[in-house]
Amino acid sequence: MSRAGRTPTTKRAPGAGPLMELVHRRRRGAELYLLVLSLVVGVGAYAAVGLGVNGQVPADLVKHGAWLAALVVAAHVTIRYKAEYADPVVLPIVSALNGLGLAMIHRIDLAPTGHPVGSNFAASQLVWMTLGVLGFITVLTSLRDHRRLQSFTYTAGLAAIVLLLLPLLPGIGKTVNGARIWIHLGPMSFQPGEIAKVLLVIAFAGYLVLHRDALALAGRRVLFVDLPRGRDLGPILAMWLVSLGILVFQNDLGSSLMFFGLFLVMLYVSTERPGWLVVGGVLFAVGAYAGYVTTAHVQARVHGWLDPFGKDSPSYQLVQAMYGMAWGGLTGRGLGQGSPQTTPISWSDFILPSLGEELGLTGVIAIILLYALLVERGLRTALICRDNFGKLVAAGLATVFALQVFVVVGGVTRLIPLTGLTTPFLSQGGSSLVANWVIVALLLRVSDAARRPPPEFSDQPADMDSTQVVMMR
Amino acid sequence: MSELTLVLIRFGYLAVLWIFVLSAVSVIRSDMFGARVARDQGRVQERRSAKAASKARAKAPKPRRGDPTAVVIVEGGNSGELVPLAAAPLLIGRGSDAAIRLDDDYVSTRHARIASSGDQWYVEDLGSTNGTYVGSSRITQATAISLGTQIRIGKTILELRK
Repeated sequence: MSRAGRTPTTKRAPGAGPLMELVHRRRRGAELYLLVLSLVVGVGAYAAVGLGVNGQVPADLVKHGAWLAALVVAAHVTIRYKAEYADPVVLPIVSALNGLGLAMIHRIDLAPTGHPVGSNFAASQLVWMTLGVLGFITVLTSLRDHRRLQSFTYTAGLAAIVLLLLPLLPGIGKTVNGARIWIHLGPMSFQPGEIAKVLLVIAFAGYLVLHRDALALAGRRVLFVDLPRGRDLGPILAMWLVSLGILVFQNDLGSSLMFFGLFLVMLYVSTERPGWLVVGGVLFAVGAYAGYVTTAHVQARVHGWLDPFGKDSPSYQLVQAMYGMAWGGLTGRGLGQGSPQTTPISWSDFILPSLGEELGLTGVIAIILLYALLVERGLRTALICRDNFGKLVAAGLATVFALQVFVVVGGVTRLIPLTGLTTPFLSQGGSSLVANWVIVALLLRVSDAARRPPPEFSDQPADMDSTQVVMMR
Repeated sequence: MSELTLVLIRFGYLAVLWIFVLSAVSVIRSDMFGARVARDQGRVQERRSAKAASKARAKAPKPRRGDPTAVVIVEGGNSGELVPLAAAPLLIGRGSDAAIRLDDDYVSTRHARIASSGDQWYVEDLGSTNGTYVGSSRITQATAISLGTQIRIGKTILELRK
């Protein structure tokens, strides 16, 4: 944006200066201040949980707080050295959400029933968070320029598809809670789809940067909408088939919705053509209807959504969550005072209703606002980014968060049919947490490049002073 | 643990949560358009010097009618540009400090200068490689110019205008 103001002109009025000459400050101090507040949010919740459940401050509060603070400070120091112009709000938001999630998981660990006995999800989540922060640091230190990722466009796409197919392989794939999205390798188990979503953003961005002109300019106009050419429908059809495949073979409604939505949004962002949204919307409607007709899984979800209180409704979980949130009311029961454990899987997909029960609508609005701010920072990064690939990557990563939060919050509050997705940073779940920390690192890398003042190219480099062109005849 | 303490903790925690949200919003607000740091200082200085210049101009005698007031580029890459003579002496060249900056490969970094002595305007070559021409002859010393005299520098032609 500053390039326009830099063109040499002899007519520059005194004092007018170049247009739109804005320099982003580093704001690392503001980030540190927000990080301290975010630690108060996370560790405060942990202490309040102990006080609420046992009537005393938890014994390992200092250890937990110190561990959390060490992770956050490590991330902050990495940003100071490796991405000093990165957005100052993203890391504190992530740290607050992660701390709050840890406290809530710990709270459900403490509940006497409704939980696999003897498990300590909070401790394992803290280990996963440590791995996530390590991933964050690795990405920021090893990736100095996000544009290098563009050369991995097709590699990333291929790797994403392989990762998505892995759970279908017999032997390592395993069906958990009806969805076949897990792979088990010895003692380790994770959801490859979480890593695939990062790779897919890179693949889509690289592909769309190269092909946006064909997708944006060709086509004809039907009823005020520019429709794309038939031959350009290839990629969107392929993505549609992949999403349907995930739905049919893996029974994973949430991921299917997210991948297709992500592709559609990135297509729209890169081409600025609403026609693609029309095409995608029609494809989505067709796919959703076909899924509804053919798979019992989808039918059950839709029935549970339309009629959760019905006699043989399958949505006991949803009903419990809704009672919990209603009991929480405006200001909640107080941390440790509700009984979120009565909802099945209340520590993972249903962590938001658990928080709603104990923090009330006031707390849930704050959490959703934090997600909104996170997405806004991502989109803002996309707006000010100077290269198209970075724009698309930032917009895509922000969209991943936005879609994921929308799908899961909409699902548990019965706005849309319930689909299984993790709530970013809050839910218990290692693959999701690590992948989301990596996404945040990529976002900050793009943000650093976007906010860094452009290098000063003087029109005449210093050593050009002595160089003159002599005409030889 | 008394009921009151728990209620206090409950509302205290919600307050902490919202303080965090609002602090994040206020940081974003102060960061909305970035800050005018380096450029701004430059701009303030520019403004100051412009003010000083306008003061000096106010003291200078009013130019008579018919005197040249501007240099116009009539031919070359920058043709159409108009530079007021008020800021004379004007440096012509490819360098970034030139008042009339020409994007012309045959122009030296500091090529020539236009200055006035009394009512008369002069153009002076500053030791350029390809020379400065008034009319058709290459100049070797400060040469008087008047309205409409064509000064050729590289592929560019300049003229004084009213």
